[in-house]
Amino acid sequence: MKIEVRLFATFRNGRGKKVFIEMDDPTPIKLLEEIGIQRDDVAILLINGRDGLFDQTLQEEDYLSVFPPVGGG
Amino acid sequence: MGRYDRNGIFTAQDMEVLENSKVCIVGCGGLGGYVLELIARVGIQEITVVDGDVFDESNLNRQLLSMPDNLGEVKVLEAKKRISRLNPKAEITAVHDYLGPHNAGKIIDGMDIVIDALDNIPIRLVLQQACEEKNIPLVHGAIAGWYGQVTTVMPGDWTLNRVYSSGHKKGIETEIGNPSFTPAYVASIQVSEALKVLTNKGETLRNQIMYIDLLDNEVHILPI
Repeated sequence: MKIEVRLFATFRNGRGKKVFIEMDDPTPIKLLEEIGIQRDDVAILLINGRDGLFDQTLQEEDYLSVFPPVGGG
Repeated sequence: MGRYDRNGIFTAQDMEVLENSKVCIVGCGGLGGYVLELIARVGIQEITVVDGDVFDESNLNRQLLSMPDNLGEVKVLEAKKRISRLNPKAEITAVHDYLGPHNAGKIIDGMDIVIDALDNIPIRLVLQQACEEKNIPLVHGAIAGWYGQVTTVMPGDWTLNRVYSSGHKKGIETEIGNPSFTPAYVASIQVSEALKVLTNKGETLRNQIMYIDLLDNEVHILPI
């Protein structure tokens, strides 16, 4: 199935605002690996706009959103 | 003309609340300088500022309180100097120390609200813990390059545990730095949140995070 991954802040560099990935039994961790984002680089992960888990299996029409950590002051 | 004549969004009763509120700003750098300015100008008079650092040249691109003639000076003392000039009635307590588990509870004790203007993630979590123990609302803000975020944490929420769930010590600011305009923007949202909490107005960012992208002009409010 095809899953939409929405990228934010520096995750957009070289990738754009969103990517679509075709994958069987997709999970966030597998999708991120496919686009070269380390799990440790993600601060906020949402599935369909709600708090999600890295190893959660996604369904058709689900979308993933990932945000890097912002910590400066 | 009175100095608060243009504060039309606040009633006389609100202004009394603000004038009697105790606000602690933790961090006196990019965010903290602007937060302090806005908090003081709106009419809050009892303000504690906390920072163990002194100004250096790399602060000049964004930190409101830094000037070429005060490099090497203690940030919180410069903060006190500026606000005392702005409002001689203001009572500014300058804590020249870094916040940590050993002093956080004592520093924030008795405050009505705490503003997180820190620059590293582990100490933000220490501050959240202290606010939880003292039952004090916390307004979190953080910046990196074109990006920023704000959330309001009420006791029991532990929102920062979800914002920083991966155990990061620093964020993407280590790669992309902090320019002049992002701290001003994020500080404004933080102050707006703090004023709403203190005067019990409007809707806050409780259990939500506002994620700001000034590069692509996007503001996302995410449930968290």
